[in-house]
Amino acid sequence: MTNAPLTTVDGRAITLQSVSKIWGDSRAVDDLSIEVPAGTFTALLGPSGCGKSTTLRMIAGLESVDEGRIRIGDEEVNERAPSKRDLSMVFQSYALFPHLSVAENIVFGLKVRRVSRADRDARLNRVADLLGLSALLERKPAQLSGGQQQRVALGRAIIGEKPVCLMDEPLSNLDAKLRQEMRTEIRALQQQLGFTMVYVTHDQVEAITMADQVVLLNKGRLEQAATPRDLYERPATPFSARFVGTPPMNLIPASALKPLAQADTLLIGVRPEALILDPKGPITAKVKTVEYHGADTLAECSINSEPMQVRLSGGSVVTAGDTVSFGFAAEALHVFDVMQNCRRDDLLPEIGAMLCS
Amino acid sequence: MMRRMALKREWIHGWLLLLPAMVFLFAFTHIPAITTFINSFYSTPRGKRAAKFIGTANYERMFDDPVFWQVLWNNIWFAVGTIPLSIGLAIVMALWVNEKMIGRSFLRMAFFTPTVLPLIAVANIWMFFYTPGFGLFDQLRSGLFGLPSTNYLGSPDTALNAIIVVTVWKEAGFFMIFYLAALQAMPVSLKEAAQIEGANRWTIFWRITFPMLMPTTLFVTVNAVINSFRLVDHIFILTDGGPDNASALLLFYIYETAFRFWETGYGATLTVALLALLSLLAIGQFFFFDKKVHYK
Ligand SMILES: Nc1ncnc2c1ncn2[C@@H]1O[C@H](COP(=O)(O)OP(=O)(O)OP(=O)(O)O)[C@@H](O)[C@H]1O
Ligand SMILES: [Mg+2]
Repeated sequence: MTNAPLTTVDGRAITLQSVSKIWGDSRAVDDLSIEVPAGTFTALLGPSGCGKSTTLRMIAGLESVDEGRIRIGDEEVNERAPSKRDLSMVFQSYALFPHLSVAENIVFGLKVRRVSRADRDARLNRVADLLGLSALLERKPAQLSGGQQQRVALGRAIIGEKPVCLMDEPLSNLDAKLRQEMRTEIRALQQQLGFTMVYVTHDQVEAITMADQVVLLNKGRLEQAATPRDLYERPATPFSARFVGTPPMNLIPASALKPLAQADTLLIGVRPEALILDPKGPITAKVKTVEYHGADTLAECSINSEPMQVRLSGGSVVTAGDTVSFGFAAEALHVFDVMQNCRRDDLLPEIGAMLCS
Repeated sequence: MMRRMALKREWIHGWLLLLPAMVFLFAFTHIPAITTFINSFYSTPRGKRAAKFIGTANYERMFDDPVFWQVLWNNIWFAVGTIPLSIGLAIVMALWVNEKMIGRSFLRMAFFTPTVLPLIAVANIWMFFYTPGFGLFDQLRSGLFGLPSTNYLGSPDTALNAIIVVTVWKEAGFFMIFYLAALQAMPVSLKEAAQIEGANRWTIFWRITFPMLMPTTLFVTVNAVINSFRLVDHIFILTDGGPDNASALLLFYIYETAFRFWETGYGATLTVALLALLSLLAIGQFFFFDKKVHYK
């Protein structure tokens, strides 16, 4: 599918400066500042209700901006109508026009902008080729499968060759296998055509695998904006640490570990897969349940009633009821400050020396 | 054996359940319709003289009857005058009260009021508007432009149009409810998608909203057509068909023939003509709209 020639576009950067959206007395988006460099793929990630859609809709102009400024390219667009922002959007429900055929759906925007018929047809052919829709052009949306509808929505978004494309959970209605395929396809399309993408998802795997930059939101506020690698390897807050990775990172209150008993505002973070069986290790826990997964074993443990998950390689054996000691490498250590809700890299050497041999 | 018995019992059970509805349907719809059809071939019984079979004489009379053609023409004009106008108004009102704004529910109620008002009240209101000399329209005409008074309901040129105005006023609010329901069932994201693609309100209406309202339009049009041939009550109160049959419609003429002049045979013939016309229209509409409506 990647050999069809399609015009590339110059993506535009998007900047949000202290943007807020207020509904009644709740702040759906609160003082949010993000930078989306031109031609890159940014994922807005976060739990349900954290304001991802609202943020995206403010960028699109479908929702007014109550505070702050949004810039696309070099221009502030706060007061600009959606049609004047030069962007395209894919909705979660696809929002295909049910009375129009696939072809008419895709060229809708070109028709509205009075692009000549020849140009329209040429572009339609290219997009249909690219997305494998050529055989379906005469059908109505109701006669398509979910995945095909999704492609039509995608086609409608890319045919306009807009510098910015917004997507709101476009894959959430598809089954797991198709989602996987479309993920790769959308990412390839974005890199091939070069537009700037803002992609909303609540699925961390989607965000991590597709994006150049992941913006993690929580309750309308920015938790962390970073590359997927940084987000996973150096989460900035306890929330980021728990949100990314399956099973999530263990955050153990420092007071539960003997050497750190006085440091009661600190959280010690270790990913389940970083823990290893070590009789001399600093973490002593009681195994509660054991799940055998073939390649590895997931053990649910507790340290003084604080829960902790451990992922052990297939060979290691633990049994429910055992009391086991775990250790980990110094590089796998994360330290967070609960009071300041931040990461404490300055404490890593000191605590690392105490916990890891 | 057992199975067949059980099946038969189920059958009997089913028919028994249907029976009450069927009795009413036959007694009050099918049998009268058939009787009417039969009667249309008989003369009107008078005194001791019983009705006798006269073949198509009633139909020949109908085709030669200038009043029949006049009321038929009136009715077509009435339909053409009321249907597009009331549907257009209904859509405009529905679009308007579908917007988010203050006083929206008040507006909705205001638009719907004419539909729930009893006919006598409607007629009285419009009598007040139409009265020559004192009516609201004449007051405005003479007050603002110094024009002479007119008798809207009493002159052959304006009587039917005056009734058209009243009917549109009464029906538009009713049709609005259907359009409002359809508009509210339409996903907002369609409009938003169109907006992002660069469509303005006008384009969104003609390319998205209106085509998607087609099923409602079909429903409303069929209703409106049937209504336009069923309307008698306004005429009784406002003009009584006059002057000189200028505002008489087909059903009104049937009523007059059958129950004022007691020409029941001829009345039956006219009724058959009306039924034939209505069936033809209904079938025609479904075929006409079929291609445009069903996009699912
Ligand atoms: N039109 C509205 N009026 C009032 N509150 C709203 C409106 N739309 C959204 N909200 C609120 O704003 C907050 C953020 O909503 P938003 O739709 O952006 O969440 P989201 O991150 O997209 O969630 P999801 O993953 O479930 O789609 C929610 O608490 C929601 O209840
Ligand atoms: Mg959402």
